Amino acid sequence: MLEFKDVQTFYGSIQALKGISLTVEKGEIVTLIGANGAGKTTLLMTLSGITPASVGTITYKGEDITKMRTDMIVRKGIAHSPEGRRIFSKMTVFENLQMGAMTNDPSKFDDNLKYVYELFPRLKEREWQNGGTLSGGEQQMLAMGRALMSNPEFLLLDEPSLGLAPLVIKDIFRAIKQINEEHGTTVLLVEQNANHALKLAHRAYVLVTGNIVLSGTGQELLTNPEVQAAYLEGGH
Amino acid sequence: MSDTVSNTTSGLPPKPEFDIAKIARELVITFAIGVGIMIPMVLLRTVDVRGKLVIEQHWQEMFFALILLVVGRFGLILLAKQKPAFALIVGVIMGIAGWTITFPTEVLEVFMLAAGIILVIRALLGLWRQAKGVTLNDIENGKKRREELLKNSTGYISIFVVALAIFLPFLSDILSTILPSFLGGDSSFIAGLSTRYVIDVSTLILTYVLLAWGLNIVVGYAGLLDLGFVAFYAVGSYSFAILAREFDIGFWTALPLAGFFAMMSGLILGFPVLKLRGDYFAIVTLGFGEIVRILLLNLYDLTGGPDGINGIPRPGFGNVVFFKRIKEEGTQTFTDFFSNTFWQIDYSSTHRIIFLYYIVLVLCLLVAIFTMRIRKQPLGRAWEALRENEVAAESLGINRTNIKLAAFAISATWGGFAGAFFASRQGFISPESYTFIESAIILAIVVMGGMGNLMGIALAAIILIGLPELFRELDEYRMAAFGFGLVLIMIWRPTGLISFRDPTVLLFGKKNKKQQVEEIAHD
Repeated sequence: MLEFKDVQTFYGSIQALKGISLTVEKGEIVTLIGANGAGKTTLLMTLSGITPASVGTITYKGEDITKMRTDMIVRKGIAHSPEGRRIFSKMTVFENLQMGAMTNDPSKFDDNLKYVYELFPRLKEREWQNGGTLSGGEQQMLAMGRALMSNPEFLLLDEPSLGLAPLVIKDIFRAIKQINEEHGTTVLLVEQNANHALKLAHRAYVLVTGNIVLSGTGQELLTNPEVQAAYLEGGH
Repeated sequence: MSDTVSNTTSGLPPKPEFDIAKIARELVITFAIGVGIMIPMVLLRTVDVRGKLVIEQHWQEMFFALILLVVGRFGLILLAKQKPAFALIVGVIMGIAGWTITFPTEVLEVFMLAAGIILVIRALLGLWRQAKGVTLNDIENGKKRREELLKNSTGYISIFVVALAIFLPFLSDILSTILPSFLGGDSSFIAGLSTRYVIDVSTLILTYVLLAWGLNIVVGYAGLLDLGFVAFYAVGSYSFAILAREFDIGFWTALPLAGFFAMMSGLILGFPVLKLRGDYFAIVTLGFGEIVRILLLNLYDLTGGPDGINGIPRPGFGNVVFFKRIKEEGTQTFTDFFSNTFWQIDYSSTHRIIFLYYIVLVLCLLVAIFTMRIRKQPLGRAWEALRENEVAAESLGINRTNIKLAAFAISATWGGFAGAFFASRQGFISPESYTFIESAIILAIVVMGGMGNLMGIALAAIILIGLPELFRELDEYRMAAFGFGLVLIMIWRPTGLISFRDPTVLLFGKKNKKQQVEEIAHD
């Protein structure tokens, strides 16, 4: 469904991605783990066209989207829930969700809203509250719900567990599973929380300073001694 | 000044200790700061004595100003230490001193008296609170209640202000007919409501409202700090003047054309600054404002350079013109226009003033309606989303380029309309009217009014433009009134006069609107 071929991305003269090749098949949850600064966020930003790649090609459903504008990529059915949640804090929860549906057919709005509220009933309760007054977990739900409002086939999640309490993290990961299993949405998940992410993922890639160094099924990587030493030490 | 409410503990306010040494130290610091500020501003002044520049020393003035400063500060400390009775005494003494003693300058007397009055009012308020046992909690709750009341009543305030603006030119006539004389129906105040002067000042205020509403789209909605808005004002003025004078195009055709040219200049500015944010954006727009002004100064053949353009035709309506006698073939005067109907009116020079007033009022209302509607359209929401978080907005598929350019274009168009109107009203324009200070004033109106809130911006324009006009007799101290208005707003409403944001959707699902508003208010 999605293929990266030798993708390189630069910030000025700094190279953040040094030739990434990976694939994501339809209906999969693929996770990317790696330390801070490994290029995980850049990879997602490159995919959604916010920081376009300088070298290499990205194909989505057989179409080259490497140089495509972000809003066109979103219209192809790729939704991005960016790192650090980035909700619109002065807008109400409902308005936030509306913003997610900007590129979508208005007639599908009610169905999508129902879907998001079923997934995260807390958002329904907070419908008229300002986004900035939500708790961290609720803000993460809002960020994911907002991305889902465009009815995507492919969902990019950037560190959804960042700064959340363990119980809330469980909820979030349960929701990701539900999105994938019940709605068939393909998920590309970037995580530092390797333990949770690898258990959830069908396949995974390990990113180190702009290169993919390891790949395999989630279970393989969970039991891989290198991964255990680098990313799972102390975490269960 | 906010010492009394800054320690927001619950329950009864803690009794602050009355430490003489601490107070003395604070007064000494006040004195020292006062000396530092006053040496260059009060003590030393350059005067022109027969062509020679001489430094005068005003020891007496500085002495009295320092006394005023220290005593006033002492009064405020007493208030903060919950000793309103003593503060009352200090205030009364200051008031009496200001009223009776002759100071070296009148300004000092006025300041002394005003300081005394403010102290007395605040001391009485403090005494009343002490007597009733009002706690800080009550004060905070009262504040919250008032805020909510304001929130819920902005709609009514807006209707009232718009109605007032529409009827302003006839307010004297209406009120003096309705009100019986014992209610002041024939008082000079009511007669003064619709004078030529008041309408003139209102026209000026409305011009700034129009400009500020234009700038609001970029600053308030899209969240981009534009320091060169005056450029679009200038482009509108000059394109109107040139079109009307050189090409003999009438007001109603030249006005939209001027708006169009301003819009094009907005797009020209927009392209290079698309990727800039924050400070960098502000600097580039500042430069753009200056570039336009310098171009106007130097394109002598087109703009007349520093001489400006004069003889810009006044607006008419169809073939009706607002002169006493017909100057051109095929036109008729406003009086003649009515002479064939049952409603005869005599010539009055006020007619033209009222006509101009209504033109700018209609422009303002159109812009207001447009802005209120576009806020609820995808475009308006996209502006707000970009302001709140650019990356998130982009990741949701908002086309940053188009949305920002649309903000520039629309905002510049309103600026152009205001400029065209200004040119037509003045009859003469020169680059001097389009300096940076104009941009700063317009920006101050937007920020002080509460970014994004049309009503708040209109109120701020009334205060910041109307106040200096009221003090026109003070000449050079007129801008001090402007500064005073800024300071007052910053103290009382630091986030702007009306700073809350109305959600763009309310009626949705089965909840009624009032309930939703209450829920939002309780956040």
